[in-house]
Amino acid sequence: MLLTRRAEFSASHVCAQRALTAEQNKEIYGAAANPSGHGHNYVLEVTLEGEPDPETGMIFDLKKLKDLIQQTVIDPMDHRFLNYEVPPFDKVVPTTENVAAEIWKRLQPHFEIGRARLNNVRLYETEDLYVDYPGAGAEDSR
Amino acid sequence: MRVTRRYHFCASHRLHRAAFTDQENRELYGKCSNPYGHGHDYVLEVTAAGPVDAATGQVVHLPTLDRLVSEQVISDFDHRYLNADVAEFAGAIPTSENIIRAIEDRLRGRWPGVFPGAWPRLERIRLRETKRNVFELRS
Repeated sequence: MLLTRRAEFSASHVCAQRALTAEQNKEIYGAAANPSGHGHNYVLEVTLEGEPDPETGMIFDLKKLKDLIQQTVIDPMDHRFLNYEVPPFDKVVPTTENVAAEIWKRLQPHFEIGRARLNNVRLYETEDLYVDYPGAGAEDSR
Repeated sequence: MRVTRRYHFCASHRLHRAAFTDQENRELYGKCSNPYGHGHDYVLEVTAAGPVDAATGQVVHLPTLDRLVSEQVISDFDHRYLNADVAEFAGAIPTSENIIRAIEDRLRGRWPGVFPGAWPRLERIRLRETKRNVFELRS
């Protein structure tokens, strides 16, 4: 069974590689390369997979899940400029892909034991753009 | 990792088989068979899958994907009467099933030209005709 919890945070970012010229960054990232940055209302969906505990009827305590998302993702990222305030985005370009992978990395250790496994991280940057990250697979190393 | 981009187009259509009587069409397609057609605000989701490029942090170059969908789909479908204005529906009824297949054919036909490498691949197409009717194709 799958269980999804939604959370929101607002943050600014700029997508650009230091080694490239402004023109090259614009070619790759478009308006997102604007040096002063810009922001989004990110919507995060965290999906857990597991079978409900026969006694509690729950896959995972929703209050604990809410607190965990709050502490590992929302508190550090909400109302922040990701490049300046949230490592590793001082070194890693904060594309939606990389932000989703970072969120997975922060959440996953909390689901290594117990009945629930982290199944997917979906991150909406806007209503018209989202990424799904179900953890590292063969296609994620090149 | 999968990246999904959402696009919009507005179009009208009529579900009607010439070989059937009006009564048969009415039974098969209901109001969708009304003679002058009707329209929807379609929502199209295109999902590209692949590894995140270590340098760019991207699975897919979004401006390229946007251009592909715009040229292959939106420019031909948006604010059109599908039955009369889009070539595929000269010989096929523009049900959402047939529309999503036509979109897939158009995108797959050009995909290797704009994304020549092994990645990203076109993984999923989702077409929302109304909030209550959603169609999906996975590779």
